[in-house]
Amino acid sequence: MSDEMELLEEVTSNEYKYGFVTNIEQEFAPKGLSEDIVRFISAKKKEPQFMLEWRLRAYRYWLTMKEPHSWAKLNYPPIDYQDQYYYAAPVQKVKPKSLSEVDPELLDTFKKLGISVEEQKRLTGVESNIAVDVVIDSVSVGTTFRETLSELGIIFCSMSDAIESYPELVEKYIGSVVPYTDNYFAALNSAVFSDGSFCYIPKGVRCPMELSTYFRINAAMTGQFERTLIIADEDSYVSYLEGCTAPMRDENQLHGAVVEIIAHKNAEVKYSTVQNWYPGNKEGKGGVYNFVTKRALCEGDYSKVSWTQVETGSAITWKYPSCVLKGDNSIGEFYSVAVTNNFQQADTGSKMMHIGKNTRSKIISKGISAGQSNNSYRGLVKINKKATNSRNFSQCDSLLIGNKCGAHTFPYIEVDNSTGIVEHEATTSKVSEDILFYCRQRGMSEDNAVALIINGFAKEVMDQMPMEFAIEARKLLEISLEGSVG
Amino acid sequence: MSLLEIKDLHAKVEGNEILKGLNLTVNAGEVHAIMGPNGSGKSTLASVIAGNDNFEVTSGDILYNGNSILDLEPEERAREGVFLAFQYPLEIPGVSNANFMKQAVNEIREHRKLDNLSAGEFLKLMKERAAFVELDKSFLSRAVNEGFSGGEKKRNEIFQMAMLEPKLCIMDETDSGLDIDALRIVSNGVNKLRNKDNAFVVITHYQRLLNYIIPDFVHVLSGGKIIKSGGKELAHELEEKGYDWLKDVQN
Ligand SMILES: Nc1ncnc2c1ncn2[C@@H]1O[C@H](COP(=O)(O)OP(=O)(O)OP(=O)(O)O)[C@@H](O)[C@H]1O
Ligand SMILES: [Mg+2]
Repeated sequence: MSDEMELLEEVTSNEYKYGFVTNIEQEFAPKGLSEDIVRFISAKKKEPQFMLEWRLRAYRYWLTMKEPHSWAKLNYPPIDYQDQYYYAAPVQKVKPKSLSEVDPELLDTFKKLGISVEEQKRLTGVESNIAVDVVIDSVSVGTTFRETLSELGIIFCSMSDAIESYPELVEKYIGSVVPYTDNYFAALNSAVFSDGSFCYIPKGVRCPMELSTYFRINAAMTGQFERTLIIADEDSYVSYLEGCTAPMRDENQLHGAVVEIIAHKNAEVKYSTVQNWYPGNKEGKGGVYNFVTKRALCEGDYSKVSWTQVETGSAITWKYPSCVLKGDNSIGEFYSVAVTNNFQQADTGSKMMHIGKNTRSKIISKGISAGQSNNSYRGLVKINKKATNSRNFSQCDSLLIGNKCGAHTFPYIEVDNSTGIVEHEATTSKVSEDILFYCRQRGMSEDNAVALIINGFAKEVMDQMPMEFAIEARKLLEISLEGSVG
Repeated sequence: MSLLEIKDLHAKVEGNEILKGLNLTVNAGEVHAIMGPNGSGKSTLASVIAGNDNFEVTSGDILYNGNSILDLEPEERAREGVFLAFQYPLEIPGVSNANFMKQAVNEIREHRKLDNLSAGEFLKLMKERAAFVELDKSFLSRAVNEGFSGGEKKRNEIFQMAMLEPKLCIMDETDSGLDIDALRIVSNGVNKLRNKDNAFVVITHYQRLLNYIIPDFVHVLSGGKIIKSGGKELAHELEEKGYDWLKDVQN
């Protein structure tokens, strides 16, 4: 049994606790967006020609697109894309060989980020079951255990390094799952992404440790556009973790990541996210706009990809991790807990595209709304003509705390093969005054009662998270909903 | 000093006055039965003692160990030892009985400046107390009251009471919904919990329960007041005659 009391003691305030600014020197590109900026970013990173050309094609395509403002259940003022910095890198005089050479301010940042003592140990190499890559303002500052991993042939490094060292892999796979033509934010990301993580697991290798990336937006008025690419070759396995934080700022910060996963024959990828970008204050001022495209291609037969996400942050979340089930007998899973409080808005869900035969997918979505927030599940299950004997099961549960919040469910189902089976279940429940009184009569404080109830509600998803992450995620759920009743 | 002293208590809900000058004194070591017609205010009294803020106390006072508890939050009262076995226990989907109890026990222990129980100690305590009311272990891992039968919910309430070791135990119609065997089992459990430091306020419609849990006092609550008090024989009299004959006493 996990010791939840201990966790609660750690949690002392309900204010966003990652809200600090690190004073590391930063190098900026000029504000705004233009072909010159795209060229500037590419040049800064000494990219090969193919990369620059790809970026420029994406940029030109983006110019022809319109921001998707109408269909999602989100409300926000127009974003001024010229009023953002698209490149901000912590200045590193020389590339660090080990973490001891990394700017101490930066290491301090890790500490404050609550990259827990455990994680700290891992970062410093005391414990060795998680390899960590940290991306601050889109530039990767340190990847631990690269050598241990490389003995197995595993590549885990920043995207910039990958472009430099493994251009053929990058060229082959980048944009192969999420082309820049996919959507507005994917196009923007393709044009200006400044870093991210890259991971390649060779044939037959089970990655012996969790691979983990922390993203942090630091500088003011910066958009963070990181790009992650994970390739699992035949018969391989990897579990990948992603954590996100941002400092408190009054203005909205833009975040538009792209994650692409390719799973070849018999490969399995587990991708877990704890998203805790700054959600804005109680009055709804500030916060991160999180417009993310995450998609996995189950390319090979019997491949499997699971997305697990705990979403507590951001003023606006727009995110639909998806699986394209191309290989026969491939499996896609999506487990999600999305919390909205105060004035947060989330429009999230999953897409499962069944193309191969005997493909299976599962969607478990738990939405928790409090305050005056709006939480929408939006999902698409599509079974193609050729996808005989394919099945989906979807479960969407909503939990409401208080009377001013909203929960909405938009499941879209398209079945073009008569052997397909799609099941959808949905429930909505409320943390009622009566239930809270019952808990309080047993000696629990209101906040602890809410924490207990939401953890019970979210358990099925939390159980999918790797252990250390589950603890952190549970803590986050509790913080983000503290004081949400009464 | 009495464990509980209720003085001229007036309380209303949704603008209607339900308790209209209620007096009741309970000492440690005693068992009090409260009987009375439907809608007379028995559950209201229980809710008000427990601190449910749907009910507004308009005048009078509730002293617990000599101090007014009207300003205390429900959880503070609970931690001080006030326990209410609900007439209609709530269901909490997704939260196991075990986790629910662990949270409650730990918060109460913290208040009493005791260390948290280790997982092993806690499990042992749970099994021991579940045995008090012959609650099958399988109920501990099930979600709180979810899908429990009416009788199982009541039994679970007394299991929780046994876990939290309260001083003032209010049981609101715990007997309704229990079959004959369960009534005996639950009553035995309650009797095992009795000691000189705690007291029981047992709300019931049926004398039958009081054959098992033998009260020191029986009170009749009607129209928001205690209109008659007596010994255990009063329950027999009520069973026989109903409440009508008391109407004269009331006025
Ligand atoms: N939340 C509420 N809103 C409105 N009226 C209420 C509320 N709670 C109780 N009442 C009213 O207060 C009166 C007393 O109710 P209470 O539940 O205390 O009765 P009781 O003596 O416990 O009855 P029973 O024997 O049926 O359990 C009833 O008329 C009831 O309708
Ligand atoms: Mg009642």
